[in-house]
Amino acid sequence: MKLNITIPRPAVTADPCAGDSEIVISGLDAGFGGHQVLKSISLTLPQRTITAVMGPSGCGKSTLIRCINRLHEEVPGAWVRGAIRLGGVNLYDPSLDPVQLRRRIGMVFQRPNPFPTFSIYDNVAVGLRLNGIRKRSVLDERVELSLRRAALWDEVKDRLEKPGTSLSGGQQQRLCIARALAVSPEVLLLDEPCSALDPVATERIEQLLVDLQRDYTLVMVTHNIQQAARVAGRSIFLLSGELIEQGPTSELFTNPRDLRTESFISGRFG
Amino acid sequence: MSPRYRRWKNRLMLGAMGLALLICLAPLASLLFTLVVKGGSTLSLRFITGPWRPVGENGGIAHAIAGSVCLLGIATALAVPVGLAKGLFLARGRSPRLGGMVRVLLDVMSGIPAIIVGVFIYTLVVRRSGFSLGTGFSMLAGGLALAMIMLPIFARTTEEAVRAISTSVDEAGLALGLPRYRVVLRIVLRSAVPAVLTGLFLALARVAGEAAPLLFTAFGSNEWPGSPLEPVGSLPALLFDYARQPFEELVRQAWGAALVLVALILAVRLATHAYSHWRYGSGANP
Repeated sequence: MKLNITIPRPAVTADPCAGDSEIVISGLDAGFGGHQVLKSISLTLPQRTITAVMGPSGCGKSTLIRCINRLHEEVPGAWVRGAIRLGGVNLYDPSLDPVQLRRRIGMVFQRPNPFPTFSIYDNVAVGLRLNGIRKRSVLDERVELSLRRAALWDEVKDRLEKPGTSLSGGQQQRLCIARALAVSPEVLLLDEPCSALDPVATERIEQLLVDLQRDYTLVMVTHNIQQAARVAGRSIFLLSGELIEQGPTSELFTNPRDLRTESFISGRFG
Repeated sequence: MSPRYRRWKNRLMLGAMGLALLICLAPLASLLFTLVVKGGSTLSLRFITGPWRPVGENGGIAHAIAGSVCLLGIATALAVPVGLAKGLFLARGRSPRLGGMVRVLLDVMSGIPAIIVGVFIYTLVVRRSGFSLGTGFSMLAGGLALAMIMLPIFARTTEEAVRAISTSVDEAGLALGLPRYRVVLRIVLRSAVPAVLTGLFLALARVAGEAAPLLFTAFGSNEWPGSPLEPVGSLPALLFDYARQPFEELVRQAWGAALVLVALILAVRLATHAYSHWRYGSGANP
């Protein structure tokens, strides 16, 4: 006799099959004060993949990824319920220090935000320095490695002491990626990383992200459907704080299961 | 509207703005011109570096320059840590109600006349009787009075300087896995340094020329500055003293001291500007 048992994904205990940097979100509600932004979101973000988070403005895309590194709760009045597991560890475990866990999860913001008055070198080194790494040789090595990974090294290696704000917009955004990579995260969250950039700079960043997915779990918010199609292996579609659809990008784009997804992708709204 | 009409309108407006600019700059130019004409002839190495001498012996004002530097040094040392803390609290603190109260109090404090601050410090610090520290006229009391005037200015300019740093900088710091206090102190504050320095300069420039709070506190002295618990001379106090004297030599020296005071403030301004430029590049000019 063949038993056909479907095991529900456990909500409390760690999943032994989970990859070491797979993110599993279960029953996530989040909001500000009386306003609920996310409504019981449950989904899995596989490791070493780019997942695009799509949806119209105000649907909760940014809030969703800001819950992953617990930056959402830094805003006064913000609240979160539910669980997010990274490699089986619940990030919302009360015994966990959000400051510690953020080192495992890097973030890149919508507008390039290099630290003003910091040199290119210091922008990348500051996360290490303030976490206690002082040795110059170690810093030099990690700064170079991070800048190389962010495909910026060749452009800045002769002017590391210049202010980070002296770079072009696209370079600044790659500097911010290097800054995030310097503290060796496993996950990189990107909140519309190209929306303030021109098409050439956008192409460079997209190429970079495709390269980075070999080593990192990437979650990218985008309102640009074509961008999701170009770089993301998986896609998520959110609408008014609800998860409408998730799956491989090719499937979502060619064969959406939900009518609303189809409307969004074909450009009828959003 | 013909191009001709627009061209003339443009010229008219440009002319009006040029005139307004002249009206603003004229008093400044006149002041500097008078200072240079009247004080310039007094200036000499001997005048700037020489000690006080009785009338008729062409003394110098080095003791007053050194006294002013000491007083401003004490005032800065007292006002900067408190002002930074208040500015950071106002700009990044998480208690809007308390912040609002502190802001109102600082504004009230900056409205207190300098002479009142002098009397206040006199009563609480200088006076040798009653409820007072009883230091007597002293450099320390003078520095304290100047610090009280600097504090509200410096705290509010620091608040504005920190507020000008986008909160996305804070978030980027938090996302690196740094505790909030480190993000604020080591990243946000450092990002605001050029503008904070400008604020410090404004506060210094304001008190460098104050004579009123010093009359009751540092008093004045013809000696080279010594212990912080002794009276000390200063440029504004010397100016106030000499300018009222019937001796033509002392009045001339007062003009010279006025020129030196203005030149010193200008020099500090240029120095902070040059430092910011050198350290943080042209993009970060205060």
